[in-house]
Amino acid sequence: MSTVETTSEARPRKGRARAFAKALGRFLFAAVTTYLGLLAVTFFIGRVVPIDPVLAILGDRAPNHVVERVRQEMGFNLPLYQQFFIYIKGILSGDFGNSVLTTNPVMVDIRRVLPATIELATLGTLIGAFVGVPLGVLAAVRRGSIADQVVRVVGLVGYSVPIFWLALISLVIFYAQLRWVAFPGRIDIVFEYTFTPITGLYLLDSAWQGQWDVFYDVFRHIILPASLLGYFSLAYISRMTRSFMLNELSQEYIVAARAKGLSETRVIWGHALRNAAVPLVTVIALSYAGLLEGSVLTETVFSWPGIGLYITNSLQNADMNAVLGGTIVIGTVFIGINLLSDLLYRTLDPRTRNR
Amino acid sequence: MMITKLSRNFRMLSTGAALSLLMMTAPSAFAETPKDTLVEGFAIDDIITMDPGEAFELSTAEITSNSYSLLVRLDMDDTSKVKGDLADSWSVSDDGLTYTFKLKSGMKFASGNPITAEDVAWSFERAVKLDKSPAFILTQFGLTGDNVTEKAKAADAGTFVFTVDKAYAPSFVLNCLTATVASVVDKKLVMDHVKAVTPDAEHKYDNDFGNEWLKTGYAGSGAFKLREWRANEVVVLERNDNYYGDKAKLNRVIYRYMKESSAQRLALEAGDIDIARNLEPGDIDAVSKNADLATTSAPKGTIYYVSLNNKNENLKKPEVQEAFKYLVDYDAIGATLIKGIGEIHQTFLPKGQLGALDENPYKLDVAKAKELLAKAGVPDGFSITMDVRNSQPVTGIAESMQQTLAQAGVKMEIIPGDGKQTLTKYRARTHDMYIGQWGSDYFDPNSNADTFTGNPDNSDAGTVKTLAWRNTWEAPELDKEAKAALLERDAAKRAAIYQDIQKKYLANSPFVFIFQQTEVAGYRKNLKDFKLGPSFDTNFVGPIAKE
Repeated sequence: MSTVETTSEARPRKGRARAFAKALGRFLFAAVTTYLGLLAVTFFIGRVVPIDPVLAILGDRAPNHVVERVRQEMGFNLPLYQQFFIYIKGILSGDFGNSVLTTNPVMVDIRRVLPATIELATLGTLIGAFVGVPLGVLAAVRRGSIADQVVRVVGLVGYSVPIFWLALISLVIFYAQLRWVAFPGRIDIVFEYTFTPITGLYLLDSAWQGQWDVFYDVFRHIILPASLLGYFSLAYISRMTRSFMLNELSQEYIVAARAKGLSETRVIWGHALRNAAVPLVTVIALSYAGLLEGSVLTETVFSWPGIGLYITNSLQNADMNAVLGGTIVIGTVFIGINLLSDLLYRTLDPRTRNR
Repeated sequence: MMITKLSRNFRMLSTGAALSLLMMTAPSAFAETPKDTLVEGFAIDDIITMDPGEAFELSTAEITSNSYSLLVRLDMDDTSKVKGDLADSWSVSDDGLTYTFKLKSGMKFASGNPITAEDVAWSFERAVKLDKSPAFILTQFGLTGDNVTEKAKAADAGTFVFTVDKAYAPSFVLNCLTATVASVVDKKLVMDHVKAVTPDAEHKYDNDFGNEWLKTGYAGSGAFKLREWRANEVVVLERNDNYYGDKAKLNRVIYRYMKESSAQRLALEAGDIDIARNLEPGDIDAVSKNADLATTSAPKGTIYYVSLNNKNENLKKPEVQEAFKYLVDYDAIGATLIKGIGEIHQTFLPKGQLGALDENPYKLDVAKAKELLAKAGVPDGFSITMDVRNSQPVTGIAESMQQTLAQAGVKMEIIPGDGKQTLTKYRARTHDMYIGQWGSDYFDPNSNADTFTGNPDNSDAGTVKTLAWRNTWEAPELDKEAKAALLERDAAKRAAIYQDIQKKYLANSPFVFIFQQTEVAGYRKNLKDFKLGPSFDTNFVGPIAKE
């Protein structure tokens, strides 16, 4: 009897580990194929666009004999597949090439611009989560009321209005008219040469160094783009929160909790939201990843010197090494966050572990 | 009860939001640009290098001319002449081959090193041996990597001797020396930063002449020194206290990358920039009505034109080419699309250059055009495409032409594209029609005359790819005349030759010239002595002060 008992206990544990390993394996396979696909598609699109990359290296006014010479030097006269293999070989040895525009190695550039995007997207997600979750809860609890309708309309607008349009309108209102926020960019030129960032996250760095005037300036630069991004993630987060909460509120344990005489606050925030929080983590993580990659337009409108602006500029200049490097980094972040949220989900919700 | 609790939470949340809004509004006194700093909003996205031996872009030329010195510069009061910069005086030998420059004495680079004729000679040698985009401006005088040390050399510390291969017009040689590629670099400083390279077929020398370092570095002696360039972000200049000329009034000049006209206008109105450099007609209007702001303008050497590719059987016919010149509504374009940013100009030499012809014989005349089309055997017109980059005013001009061409039965389809995209197609000469802009490579009539008439090998494999080549057009007679002008040492006679070429060109060429650019800038009224120069490399920031 006792032996049977031990095996019956051991079996699921072993099975659990195996299932986990299987899930991880599946995930890694998906990641690698996604990567290869990403590389191939970006590379070939980059090469077939009707833009001459040599123009990016030499500028519009270069005389033709120089153009021809550089085309030979750069190997652009080789067949496409050969260029692709040369490129892949470079990446495998950690070399993404140099950016034509900045003359730096692409990875050096990305290390410089990535913190700006992370700072913006993080603040955007925080705003989205801290406003979106309570709004979603409110809408669920007061289902069908005016408040619910309002939250839904707010969400709908966030979903359907193009972000760059809203960005331009808000710039005109908050920057040009009201003067509440600062000029597009990340920091005022007054501080550009007195402030030395450490991590590259300016809010954190300036607070750490006790430079509150810099902190305030950075805040006035970041608040509008971050609020806009926050609004867009809020639209998604509040809608998902509402539906998760509705689902939880209809469960029997809620009825039981109420019957036990728990206060509504405890029932809603303590019980229902706690259970809804598990899928919400995934929602918020995905929205974060979405903001990281989707900040391209926002960064362009707000001259935010992050990776989105870097890629846009590079694309306009046919600076393909930079475009490819940037795309790969964003892809990596996206795949990484996906993996993390997946693992977090498994940890938080025991029911998913054996799947 | 649940509702009240929730509302309370919600109330706290909205209070928080309101508080943070308040916090943002608190200091509504807006930070203006510092008193000792000039901030310009400028589309500097064309910059790809700061090395004067390599740079050939319009924005870079402006930065270079503010931060490097030349032997001679354009005379701002009369742009058909030059005056000394580093050179105190110069003389040309009787055979017209040897130019001897005497340098001013006691001059220093920003680094503190003395400026000698040796630096001048080495700057020439470096540009020729690097052989980057603008090198042809020097090598067209017969300089090669092998002979440059002989042909451009220091006779003593204060004397530089330059030998050319033919008895060119001195105005031509001197104008070419005002180009930024002839900027003088600090030999000693650059030598500290040269990188060793293995010689190969492309580059026969064992070092890079400091090219890699100078892409973002600085080794000049201008009124300002380059502190930093970050691609598509910013260029920062700082005053050079070692400058031998009039010292700059401000400590620092910052060019901020801003592409959009409307964004530049907003920033100018808010006081975040002092000068907006890329305003479109609507924004210029708004700026000129603002009491705190003002505008200034200057004609530039850039010409906008429409070209017809002779590979197209219809566009090849001279009558069709002439008909197209009658199918442009110059008056309407001048009154609306280019108002304030250009003026109608129908010849290839821009006003201000030696020999420029100021004649605009063409007007919109549909009847005349139809007559010409009938003579060409296409009385009912034909269909055609035009490659147009997505930016104003060219898009507007293309649309206007689409309408006027239609009046004569010519159906024109516009193919829009990014600047680099349309240029790629144009360079491969696979277009029908193209609307382009052309700025002289150096401030001499030969630059435009050569590209608009020269085409020694019209095959697809041709190596001299001028604008005439790009449109598959040959004009050997005109080319011969332009070459002869180079050897005419009397400036007045030389000017007359160019005028004659332009007259013939008006009547018979596949180029429809539309307008010459006027550069406009909006600025805050507290700026003093801000002026735009006659060419893209003569917008000097040294004299500017702030009240």
